Amino acid sequence: MDSPSQTRHISEENAQSISRVEELAYVIRVDEVMSRDPKVLSPSMAMSDVLEMLRRDHISGAPVVFSSDLIGIISLEDLIRALVAKDLDAPVSQYMTTTNILTVHASDTVVEALKIFSKYNVGRLPVINENGSLTGMITKGDITRGILNNLQKDFQREEVRRYRASHLFEDIISDRSSLILRYNIKKGDFTRGGNASSNIKRALVRLGANQQIARRCGIAIYEAEMNLIIHTTKGGIIRVEIEPHKITMRAVDDGPGIVNVELAKQAGYSTATDEIREMGFGAGMGLFNINRCVDKMTLESEPGKGTRLEMKIYLQPEESVGDTSYHYGDRT
Amino acid sequence: MNLQQIIDHLELKPLTQTQDFSQVEPKSGYTADLLSCVMAGAKAHCIWVTLQAHVNIIAVAALLDMSAIIITEGAQPDQATITKANAQSIPVLSTPRSTFDIVGELWSLGLRSIETA
Repeated sequence: MDSPSQTRHISEENAQSISRVEELAYVIRVDEVMSRDPKVLSPSMAMSDVLEMLRRDHISGAPVVFSSDLIGIISLEDLIRALVAKDLDAPVSQYMTTTNILTVHASDTVVEALKIFSKYNVGRLPVINENGSLTGMITKGDITRGILNNLQKDFQREEVRRYRASHLFEDIISDRSSLILRYNIKKGDFTRGGNASSNIKRALVRLGANQQIARRCGIAIYEAEMNLIIHTTKGGIIRVEIEPHKITMRAVDDGPGIVNVELAKQAGYSTATDEIREMGFGAGMGLFNINRCVDKMTLESEPGKGTRLEMKIYLQPEESVGDTSYHYGDRT
Repeated sequence: MNLQQIIDHLELKPLTQTQDFSQVEPKSGYTADLLSCVMAGAKAHCIWVTLQAHVNIIAVAALLDMSAIIITEGAQPDQATITKANAQSIPVLSTPRSTFDIVGELWSLGLRSIETA
């Protein structure tokens, strides 16, 4: 027979959800998942009443409270001691444990409770507020339930978001629907270089584009974005038009323009300054990379006027974005 | 070979926030200091060895879905680079050793320019 370790596989998805669970343990607060108004005992109650309560409520212990302060705890062990001594008429105060009472604070994250559970091998903990008053009880089950609820919410949020975005065009009837994203790129803004391309890539994934398409667009836009940052007089605009069967990307600026367009397209040809090259730009690969990533590239430029770069990626029916009902025959 | 093992073996110093590096499995390696070359040549889930340290390396790594960046020769990225790397969850690792040495080590650990295994 296979041992569990041989038959169990942790997929990448599992690994992700494990780390999300761990993350949640550091986010969810004790008072979000604890049970409020717990069963409590008073110090003057008889041990026989404790026995009755534990049996009735199927619990293995309860906190002892005097004027809302937690003063002790009764566990099964304490009850057994009273039983063995045939002393069930004695008050709770005589048998309760008063030293080293384990508690968590209401405002702690549940990971603190989990640490105590595993260190002391207990199953429930009294929860106290900043004044030391008992406000609830927390069990491992409460924590599991809280984490599952949060995961469920995460999952629904993501599903809703994905569903909405990937069906963007389906209920909108027109002869031609498209989504246009615009980004203003500033000259010399190296710190924000790559922001437009990252945002476009993320938008495409959300619209249902596969990784390969999103990556090709990301690379093409990145190069166009850096060209605007490095080479233009005042910067420029990137405009991305997304249609179910086609992505059209345009980078437009108003100067200084390219003297020799054919030369600019060649790999290794660069007009960048030494300073730009030191940063790792200006390899003369930009337009070459773009050409490699897109299906159609058109470059128009006039010295003194500006440059207009258009890039198109055509999508196969199974790659369509924003419309999962799109079929090849519908192509316009 | 996961990223934690690579970090331990090459004595790399993580500059980004701690995460479970043993969950990251680089599939290939790449080296170049010209960003457009990287854009053209690096594969998804690769580990990129470079001496560039400015903020744009993070944009490149994120666009290409890289597993990690190793910055060689002790080049110091500024805070903007680290902040962006943390936001994009791209591990950035530092070493005083040369790119040549680091690439040699990664090769001997089994990494190649295209996905192996």
